[in-house]
Amino acid sequence: MRLTRRYRFSASHRLDVPGFSKEENQRLFGKCNNPHGHGHDYVLDVTLEGSPDKSGQIVSRPALDELISGRVLNRFEHKNLNIDVPEMAGVVPTTENLASAIRDVIAREWSFPARLDRVRISETARNIFELEA
Amino acid sequence: MLLTRKAEFSASHVCASPSLSDQENRALYGLAANPNGHGHNYVLEVTVEGETDPVTGMVFDLRELKEILNREVVEPMDHRFLNREVPPFDRVVPTTENLAAEIWKRLESPINRPGVKLRNVRVYETSDLYVDYGGETCV
Repeated sequence: MRLTRRYRFSASHRLDVPGFSKEENQRLFGKCNNPHGHGHDYVLDVTLEGSPDKSGQIVSRPALDELISGRVLNRFEHKNLNIDVPEMAGVVPTTENLASAIRDVIAREWSFPARLDRVRISETARNIFELEA
Repeated sequence: MLLTRKAEFSASHVCASPSLSDQENRALYGLAANPNGHGHNYVLEVTVEGETDPVTGMVFDLRELKEILNREVVEPMDHRFLNREVPPFDRVVPTTENLAAEIWKRLESPINRPGVKLRNVRVYETSDLYVDYGGETCV
């Protein structure tokens, strides 16, 4: 059985590879290369796989929310991903890299018997990235 | 070929275990432990797997599928207080996990037939939380 819970957070970023020329970055990232940055309302779906315990739940909702909102997304919420988030240091803050970073922090903090199955993150309603845990 | 049919029902419930204290239930289930109940607009997505019939061009008659969902799930559960009116939730906590497993149990035999089987039951409690159940044994 799998349970999926949705979370939301907002953050800003700028896509730029430091080793590339201005023109190369512009060509590669387009509007996302704007030197002043820009932001998104990200949507994160976290999927767990397991059996319901005595309480009839794969995971306690307050406990899951405390982990995801309180110990993972608090690092990203209303932050500048290029500057404020140690987990994103040294990588271009694409949503691919963001998904990996979030997956890694969740895995590090994980304390439930259920298995973390996957994370799915949308940058906008049109761009969605999914990563098996 | 997979075919998915959607249905909606609205119901109230309480998520609390009688063997636990109010405080323990609140810690385990959060707001859902309110003893007076609260409600959701549940959305059910039922996925059936089968071969397309070469004559009718269908995997499953959608009209029949709609009737099965109505009879087994929507009619008994829509606008009901699950804990009080819909067994087994008088003794099983009506979490979305248990609801998905109960819906699976109700649908499996009316849907399964030669060449067709129930593949997945997805229950959305809200647009921010859903459970998928494929009939696997839960220990």
